[in-house]
Parts: sequence; C-alpha cells; structure tokens
Amino acid sequence: MKDEARRALFSFAIEMIVYGFFIAGYFLLVLHLLGPSLARIEQEHIRWYALLCVALILGQSIVLESLTTFILRLLRGRSE
Amino acid sequence: MIAMVFPIAGVEINPIYLALLGFFIGLLGGFFGVGGSFIAGPALRAFGLNWNFAVGTDLAHIVGTSVVAAKRHRALGNVDLRLGLIMAGGTIVGAEIGAQLIQMLKRMGNVNLVVSVVSIVVYSSVSVFMIWEASLTLRGQRKSKRAGQAKKTGKEDETAFRHITDKIHRLKLWPMISLPVSGIKSISLWTILTVSFIGGIFSGFLGGGAGYIRMPMMVYVLGVPTHLAVGTDLFEIIISASYGTFSHALKGNVDILIALVMQTGAAIGAQIGAISTQYFAGPKIRLAFVPLPLIGVGLVLYTLLTGHKL
Repeated sequence: MKDEARRALFSFAIEMIVYGFFIAGYFLLVLHLLGPSLARIEQEHIRWYALLCVALILGQSIVLESLTTFILRLLRGRSE
Repeated sequence: MIAMVFPIAGVEINPIYLALLGFFIGLLGGFFGVGGSFIAGPALRAFGLNWNFAVGTDLAHIVGTSVVAAKRHRALGNVDLRLGLIMAGGTIVGAEIGAQLIQMLKRMGNVNLVVSVVSIVVYSSVSVFMIWEASLTLRGQRKSKRAGQAKKTGKEDETAFRHITDKIHRLKLWPMISLPVSGIKSISLWTILTVSFIGGIFSGFLGGGAGYIRMPMMVYVLGVPTHLAVGTDLFEIIISASYGTFSHALKGNVDILIALVMQTGAAIGAQIGAISTQYFAGPKIRLAFVPLPLIGVGLVLYTLLTGHKL
C-alpha cells in the first residue's frame, strides 16, 4: 500500500513538472500575443468577442483535458 | 515571475497566482461538483477586479473546469444526462435575470456593496444548513450501525430530509417524469425547473455555476444521490455557464485572458478532485463542503472591511 501511494505521488510530481513546462510556454507565447488582439476585439466587436470567449474556453479545456489525461495514462502505464 | 497585464479588466496580476487559484478551484469542482465561485469570485475581487468583472470572468473559467470534471464524472457513471438537460433550461432563464440585476446595480453604482452583502448572507446560510444536515445524517447512520442495520454502500445515499424529499416526489403537478439514472420514479417537471431557476438567479447574480445552492437542492429537494448530483450539476453547468459567459461578455463583464490562465491550473485540479470522490460517502462529501463557502465569506469581509485587495 505504501509503495502504491509512493508511486502515485511520484507520478503526480512528474506530471506536474511536465505540465508546468507546457503551461510556462503557453503563458509566454500564446497569452502575451493574444492579449492586445482580444482587447481590440472587445472594444470594436463585442458580439464576436462574446462568441470568442465561449469558443476559447471550451477549446482550451478540451485540449488541456486531453493533455492531462494523456500524461496521466503515460505515467501510470510506466509505473504499473 | 513578474505580474502580467490583463488589458480588458485593466489589472495587473501574477499569472502563477491565477493558475494556483484555478488548481484549487478545479480540485473543489471535481470533488464537490461546484464551480467554486464562492472562492473564485471573492479571490478575483481581492486581486483587484471589480465585482462585475469577477462575476463574468469566473463564469468563463467555470465552463472550462466543468468540461474537465464532467468528462471524468461521466466515465465514473455519475452523470444523469436527462436531468442535466432539463435543468439547463431553467438555469439559463434564471441566470439571465441574475445578470440583468447585476446590470441594474452597475447603473446605480453600488454593485460592489450589494453583491458583497448578499454573498456573505448566502454563503454563510449554505454552510450552516449543510453542517446541520450532514451531522444529523451521520448521527443517524451511527445509530443504525449500533442497532445492527446494514450500512449503505457505494453510491447509495441517505439524508436527514428524506421525508421532505418523498413529499416533494408525491406532488402531482403535470407533467410528471421519471429519472431512472438518479433512481427517481416520478417527479414533477416544474419542481426540477424551479430548482434550476433558483440556481440560475444565483449564478447570474453572484457568478459561477451556483453549485453551492444547486448541488444541495438536488440532494435535498430532488432526492438525487450525492455522487450523481455532483456529476450532473457539472454537466448542467457546462451549458448554463457557457450561456452566462456569452451574456456577461456582451455586457463587457468578461476578461477571457484571466479565465484562460486560471483554467491551466484547474484542468489538473479537476481531474484529481473527480477521481477522489470514489473514496468518500455522500454525507462525508457534504460535510467536507461546509468550510468552503466560509472561506469566500472571509475573503469578501476582508475586502469589504479593509478596502484592501490582496
């Protein structure tokens, strides 16, 4: 049981590190570039901005869910 | 890491704080089936956002958290799709009325004070009620155990308000429907729509998915087992919070960049939270929920009384 818990904790730690790298890159590249464009759309085309808000958050959550599931499976597969 | 500028809301926040907040909220979302707005809203306010932005941005973030957590709950068999779709209709109407109330307060110029006071009253009431009910149920379970009665296992659930739930089920207000996945033989459609409408008003007014109101109402009023209430609530929130996000964005209340940054932490937190529900019984999940709205109360009181932002 202790071994199992240690293995799960180790997998989780690795997952957080891998995921952290992805996210740091994402912050630097995508969000910094996206900020000014989104602000301009919000000022000039509020309807498009509203649609974009829903599309972006749904799209990002589906991508991140797939990414975290993939990393979890990969690590669990290796530790089992 | 230096603070990042969010031009739409006009604030400067360290994105790591936002991702950590998202992680914590995601964890709660996956475990309790709530969007975590009772913490995210006050926390965003404490980071320097006006209430109208905190409410709208929090809704957008909740869409993302709910997608991740609901997908995981669906895999665990915790989602009643039929109930979720019916509830989405009532929630959307209620959320629109709540959002209009926010607009009215924005025009009157006292949105921050009114929403702060209402949120303190609502969050405190939910906590007090749930600690009372969960304690009653756990005490009842201990008595049953001493009397040698079999303990309910897995997703079977019991509440101290079973007699009230049964009376609600017996109300013959046409049309009556059955929800086999939730184990409900017959219930009035109007009861479901009323529950979701009330949740929707709170969602539009205080932000988030209003899971802190809807999840307890699904358990006590509709009689849905806690595990299913958690999963179904999350599924329903995807639809209603998407609509809420669109509506608030049209009114200029959403900084989507903040929501996207928060979502990066929430994605991992929601997965861990959803997996953890397998290891706890219904009343224990409800009892563990109790301190959470009180954290929200603390954050609102801090901002209201000191005028300081974190």
